[in-house]
Amino acid sequence: MGGVVPRSVSALPLLLLLLLLLQAERPRGAELTFELPDNAKQCFHEEVEQGVKFSLDYQVITGGHYDVDCFMKDPLGNTIYSETKKQYDSFTHKAEVKGVYQFCFSNEFSTFSHKTVYFDFQVGDEPPILPDMGNRVTALTQMESACVTIHEALKTVIDSQKHYRLREAQDRARAEDLNSRVSYWSIGETIALFVVSFSQVLLLKSFFTEKRPISRTVHS
Amino acid sequence: MGLPALLLLALCVASARGLYFHIGETEKRCFIEEIPDETMVIGNYRTQMWDKQKEVFLPSTPGLGMHVEVKDPEGKVVLSRQYGSEGRFTFTSHTPGDHQICLHSNSTRMALFAGGRLRVHLDIQVGEHTNNYPEIAAKDKLTELQLRARQLLDQVEQIQKEQDYQRYREERFRLISESTNQRVLWWSIAQTVILILTGIWQMRHLKSFFEAKKLV
Repeated sequence: MGGVVPRSVSALPLLLLLLLLLQAERPRGAELTFELPDNAKQCFHEEVEQGVKFSLDYQVITGGHYDVDCFMKDPLGNTIYSETKKQYDSFTHKAEVKGVYQFCFSNEFSTFSHKTVYFDFQVGDEPPILPDMGNRVTALTQMESACVTIHEALKTVIDSQKHYRLREAQDRARAEDLNSRVSYWSIGETIALFVVSFSQVLLLKSFFTEKRPISRTVHS
Repeated sequence: MGLPALLLLALCVASARGLYFHIGETEKRCFIEEIPDETMVIGNYRTQMWDKQKEVFLPSTPGLGMHVEVKDPEGKVVLSRQYGSEGRFTFTSHTPGDHQICLHSNSTRMALFAGGRLRVHLDIQVGEHTNNYPEIAAKDKLTELQLRARQLLDQVEQIQKEQDYQRYREERFRLISESTNQRVLWWSIAQTVILILTGIWQMRHLKSFFEAKKLV
């Protein structure tokens, strides 16, 4: 941004205005996957305008029993959503108050399993790809409305692919867990088998070795 | 001269929006992005420091930097750089899988950070969301309809990449399942054989023991 200096003085405000519009039209929403250590709580905040609808959906991908606590508070401190030990959920809300909304994920009920949580927080509608597309005066042509339909359909496809990927990541984590558990338990059981059989023999032998003097006194 | 300054201020304020969270001084926050091959990821962040006297978050913190580290699915470091209090990092994946993006502050002036809280605004865009359509329209001189068509093409490309990644993941999953199957089978056979052999050994050992003790 600092590289090019426009020659005419009047171009600078125009450039800044264009940049401002571009910034304003950046998609509002965040989709993150983060690690939540055991006994920890992590919060995220976002500023939302009044009357704007936002949605939060989250899913636990790996860790423990694949569950997490989640709660959401509005700028006034009221809890607008609160769930405990959920694997996945989706929540939409229309912002009545303008301000900073916060949502937190808590793993405080777990003592040793750290979790990976995915969340998708979308605020408002998707902005148009060109700033002036939003201020159309005329109706859309057939081609344009076909493009819009295809775009919405593709968005649905991408969304379902994403959910499939998360579900598959969860299943794969469980499968890897099962695989390693089979190994450890098998080795553990083999060791236990050896220990038990040797100690059985030793114990039995000890009955017949120590009790000899006692058995003699009993017989006589 | 007042208008550009006003617009510049508005620009700064506009970029103050976005999701944010708080991190401690030495805390490291990691985010995971599961992405297919050859996908671009752009991350933007902005930090604000807590001012203990004024009890407010300062708008910008000169001198405070963030260290960004990105690891690929094999654990190899793809990007490891120090940025200022405001930064933008980009990387492209060359292997499909879980990429880990870690952020931590490199605050050297510990006294300033005694309050312990740093507000980090973060925005990570992946794949087709990294495309800047106004820029593409200006560069290739596309009409609105052509731009819409370009967006659809980008979306379809992303869907295709995701499908390829899905095939790769399912193969991995199948290998894990088959490995578990093999392990269960072989360990069961091995344990049964060990059980029988141990039983035989026990009987023989005890028999010879009792014969030596003249009890049998």
